[in-house]
Formats: sequence, structure tokens, C-alpha cells
Amino acid sequence: MDLNGSQMVIEALRRENVKVVFGYPGGAIMNVYDEVYKQNDFEHILTRHEQAAIHAADGYARASGDVGVAFVTSGPGFTNAVTGLANAYIDSIPMVVISGQVPITMIGTDAFQEIDAVGISRPCVKHNYLVKDAKDLPRILKEAFYIAKSGRPGPVHVDIPKDVTAQVAKFDYPEKITMRTYKPTYKGNSRQIKKVVDAIANSNRPILYVGGGAVNSGASELVREFAKISGIPAVETLMARGVMGDDNPLLMGMVGMHGCYSANMAMSEADLMIALGPRFDDRVTGKLSEFAKHAKVIHVDIDPSSIGKIVDIDYPIVGDLKNVLSDMLPLLKDKIDSKKYQSWRDLLKRYDEIHPLEYSDDKGNIKPQWVIQRVGETLGEKAIISTDVGQHQMWTAQFYPFSRPRQFVTSGGLGTMGFGFPAAIGVKKAKPEKISINISGDGSILMNIQELMTAYESKIPVINIILNNGYLGMVRQWQTFFYDKRYASTDLSGAQPDFVKLAESFGGLGFRVETKEEFDEALKKAVQSDVVCMIDVNVDRLEDVLPMVPAGGTLYNMILEYKG
Amino acid sequence: MKNTIKNEEIRRVLSVIVTNEDGVLSRISGLFAGRGYNIDSLTVAPVPDTDFSRLTIVTCGNERVLEQIVKQLHKLIPTYKVIESAEFVEKEMALVKIPLNEDFNGLDAMLKAYNGTIANSGENFIVVMVADNAKRIENFLKAIKKYNPIEMVRSGSVAMDI
Repeated sequence: MDLNGSQMVIEALRRENVKVVFGYPGGAIMNVYDEVYKQNDFEHILTRHEQAAIHAADGYARASGDVGVAFVTSGPGFTNAVTGLANAYIDSIPMVVISGQVPITMIGTDAFQEIDAVGISRPCVKHNYLVKDAKDLPRILKEAFYIAKSGRPGPVHVDIPKDVTAQVAKFDYPEKITMRTYKPTYKGNSRQIKKVVDAIANSNRPILYVGGGAVNSGASELVREFAKISGIPAVETLMARGVMGDDNPLLMGMVGMHGCYSANMAMSEADLMIALGPRFDDRVTGKLSEFAKHAKVIHVDIDPSSIGKIVDIDYPIVGDLKNVLSDMLPLLKDKIDSKKYQSWRDLLKRYDEIHPLEYSDDKGNIKPQWVIQRVGETLGEKAIISTDVGQHQMWTAQFYPFSRPRQFVTSGGLGTMGFGFPAAIGVKKAKPEKISINISGDGSILMNIQELMTAYESKIPVINIILNNGYLGMVRQWQTFFYDKRYASTDLSGAQPDFVKLAESFGGLGFRVETKEEFDEALKKAVQSDVVCMIDVNVDRLEDVLPMVPAGGTLYNMILEYKG
Repeated sequence: MKNTIKNEEIRRVLSVIVTNEDGVLSRISGLFAGRGYNIDSLTVAPVPDTDFSRLTIVTCGNERVLEQIVKQLHKLIPTYKVIESAEFVEKEMALVKIPLNEDFNGLDAMLKAYNGTIANSGENFIVVMVADNAKRIENFLKAIKKYNPIEMVRSGSVAMDI
């Protein structure tokens, strides 16, 4: 079958079973858009900024587990997309992003809207391609999808010059693909797995350190099973929230800078750390020389470069967590008696009782934590929660009762303000039966506010809840703690839009909330409405995220209470 | 958890076999630059009768850094193999241009000692060539200075594991 490059793109997407593409057209990618116009295989959502298109594809991928797809044009279209690529790369999210490029004959001439796109995207993606001939396009697109979702997932960028999108060639789409230079390891070494089971059986204070890999691998059920049969308590990273389920008595909560006291103490006092797909981020470990210093470390990861990157690993296992646990659990059942760890569990429970995750509620001011708890009580598992970045993000991670993986969509590694709203748009497209909520702050929400138009036009009823404290709250908190309250460029209270009118001007619904009753009322109306909503909640201005391990501090030495 | 890594800097020669395709060199040099790894020398050439290229990279770092370099190189999609064997033949080439008005007394003996030859000559100069391991090339280049060379060019190492 002979097709031109643009038709090849459409046909490849059809064969990859792509249902939604997010994007923004422009000169160099117009041929592709002309074919988008003619087809009915997938829906195209026009965002109002290329960054938002990538975040929406990212949110779609996180909620569904499928590859997210986005189209952007050359030059500024592509450079706007870079933050989105970097964001997906560091969080290991499968995506294929196709950008237009100036015609091959003009590459290198500093043509209009020309930029070295593959040169820019190289450190922000798992792999990238500049397509020089349409005959290579079927193979490249097949590889792009395969690379994006296999091994440690990640975004793949395909840059297609405009003349290639018009060039006709034979379309021979490979059914299967093998690449001699890329063969991820899925199965764990069985001898090493046996050794690990022995190490676990010989430990007295083991802890499961569950990371985002558990979500990517689809290993959540097995991780829960692991905890259940062994009686070993677990902590979750930000990226793993929901894996254990918050009603699980073995979950000690989130670990790290704003982790629970019991979770951080568990890490500090464990004699064996069983790391299941985390990457030892500095926001988790704190000061490395003090991190889990009594523990031997088991690390299961599909990416060999993750193992031993930050800390020494006593028992490395390269493999897909799901496979490794399937092999490990039968052995574990025979060797481990969950009663053995009773006193360890009791100790951690005591830690949790001494310093539970809590805040002091207030009659006058709405506390931001209350809002999140309230959304959780009201919507629970019916909602998928996206966030932006900052205090509201940490409070959501702490206080929302997540019951399953892929229920929490947040920018973990890159910490991208402006991620939440477009991600929530992608989430709603992936899971239309769920309520898609974006919890944001008055700082972050303005970073992709133009997406109100996308949500309105494409009838995507995302509910934005702004925890409005008139500050860039997280930076303000650091200024309070570490900069002697010099609030440099963080006070936003002097100049804010009217968020209600703003939402309305885009065709959405806006609510201003000053009391708890008003919040309940607004949330109810927002859930019932079929347009995009914005709930502007006036919250306590100076609330801090606690506990806190200062950057470079030790996990067992948390700030539990701020004493001005 | 213990941190047993020694901070001692180790020199290492890596042979990296990659698909011979556009941009692969920038992926590798970009990886080194972006992650703050050192490149002491780098040579690239096609592997005969295949569609692979071989990069020979001389780098240095502590154990953890070297382990990461190897793993990160592996992680690049076009990388087929990373060879870091301890035993290999390592050779580097140098060309040195010496003016003809110099007194060449002892040059012959020196070239012999370093397995060198005269590669070319012109009206006013000769070009000598040596091929040896990197350390000896360094010594040679020090020694040859007494002939006041006009120009010296080093190739970077190539290596073959044995």
C-alpha cells in the first residue's frame, strides 16, 4: 500500500489503537492535520498551548496506562512542548510526540520556524527520531510506540520534515518488532530471587519501599499480596500513592520530605529495605549518609541504571516487578511467618500514634487539608485527582484517601507547575466515567489557564479546585522556615484574577468559597455540571506542609511543628 | 545501607558498539556532557562489514560514576554493546611536524624506541608518526619537544579487548 507520510502517521495511529490525540497545528505539520481532518479513527483535542497538549497526553497515559499521543508543529510549537516531554521522561510516562519540521531541503538554513528539535529533545526523551525518508516512517512509528511502552516507559519524539509528510512510499507496518540494540529485561534472575527471599526471611525489621515502577508494571495487586502474606509494612513514594490502598493497615503512608512520621521512621530503623520500583529520589532519601543506614537493600527495577545510582544495593534484581513478584511470592509464602514482624509493626503503629498525620482544623478559616479530606469523603474512588505543584500537591498526597493506582496524577520528578489542569483534561478523556479533579493553587493554575477554552470547547468537565492562599505557598513556607520570613516574590494577594468571572468568561462555571458549607455546595454543583468548573477556595494563608524534612536533612529528624 | 564507594579516580577505556546512524555521536557526547562525566578522548569509526560503529572512549571517575557511565551508555537505544574489559590492546597515534633546519641527531633512535616512522616530508619539514599506548605517546611528545615541533596531533585511543 502506497501512502504519503501524513497518511502513514494516521494509519500507524489507527493500528496502535490510538483513540485520542492532543495537539496544536501549524505550518510544518499542516499536511498531517489535513489527514486528521479526513479520518474518524481517533478524536483530536485542540489544546490552547503546546505544553498543555503534552501534559494532556501525559495525563491520559497516567490514567489509562496506554501510550499518550500529541502533535505539535515545528519551531515554537516544539519548544513549547519541551517541558511536557521532560516532565513525562522523569516520571517514566509512555508517550509518542510527533512534531512537524521544516522541509529537509531547508534544514540547517535557519528557516522560518526551524529549530534543531531532536537536538533539544534528546535529554528529555527516552528516544527520538528525525525522519529523513517516508519509507522509514512505518518502522520508526512502530519503534516509537514499542520503545515508549516497553521496558522503563518514557516519551518518544518523532520529528517529521514537511516534505516527508507529503512524500509517497510503501507503507509496510511491522506487526511485531525486535530491535537488536534494545532488549529490556523482564524476568528477574531466579537465583537472585531465592537469595532475596532468604534475606527477607532472615530480617527482623523489613520495610517495603514502593515506587512508581509498581504502577507502571501493573504490579499493585502483587505488592499488596506481598505485604499481606509476609506481614511486612510498606511505605509509598509520591509516584506510588494508591498502590497499597489507603485503608491497608500495613501502609505506613508516604515517605520522604513530607512523608508521615511513621513511614520515615520505618525507613530509618529498618534492617532490610525492599525497594520495589522506586528511584531513591533526593526528596525521599534526604541526607544519603543517614538514609536507612541500618538496612541492607534489595532493589527491583526494570532499569539497570536505576540500580546503584544513588545508594549501594546489596541485592539487585533487574526485571519487571510484576514478573519478579510472581516468581518471588510462592517462595516467600513457604519461608515467611508474618507473626515474626508483630513487634516491628507494633513499634511503627506506636510511631503513628505519637505523630499521626494531622492538622488543626479551624472554625473561621478553611484549612487546605480539610478541603482535600472533604473531596475524599465526598467522592472517594469515584474521582481521579490530578494536581499542580506545591503545597496543595503535598497535602493531596497526604490527605486524599487513594484506593488504587492511577488515581493520583501528579508531576513528581520535574515538579511542573501548570501540569494539573491539562493532565486532568487527559484523565477525563481516558476515564470519562470518573470525575476528573485538578487540585491546584492560585500560583500554578495560572500557568495553563488557557486550557479553560479547551475544556469548554471539547466538553471536558474538569473540576479545578484552587486552594487559594494568595501565596506561592511552598516557596513561602521555605522563606518562613529558612529565609527569615523575607517573602521575595511569593505574595500573590495583591494581584489576582476574579477566578469566578474568569471561568465564566470561558464558558465554564465558577464558585467562590469562604465557608465549609459553601464548599460542599460548590462541589455538589460542580459534580453535577457538564462544563469545566473552577472552585476558588479561600484557605488559611499561612498553613504549612508538615511534617517536613528540610532539603539534605535526615528522615528521622523531621520538623513536626513550626514554632515561629 | 552502607556507602562503600571509594572516591578514587580511575581511568577506563570503553569500547561502545552502536548502530551507525545519524545523531548517535551527539547522543553519546550529550550523555557525557549532561551528566557531568569526563571524556579524555573519543574516537569513532565504522566496524568493518557491519552497520555498526565503534566508539572508543577514554574516561575517568570513581567506581559509582564508571558504573553509571556504562549503564547509561547501555540505556541509549542505539547502543548494542559496551565493552569494558580490563584487558585490551590500546593504541593511540600521534603526528609531529618538525622543521628541517633542526639538528636531527638522535631522532632515529627515538623513533625506533617508540615504533615510529617518518610519515611525510616537505621542503621545510618532516612529519613523524608514532603509534603506542597513551602513556607512551605522552612521553614521546615530551621527548620530541627538543626538536621544536611546529605542530603535534594526537588521535585519541583505539582499543581491542583480548
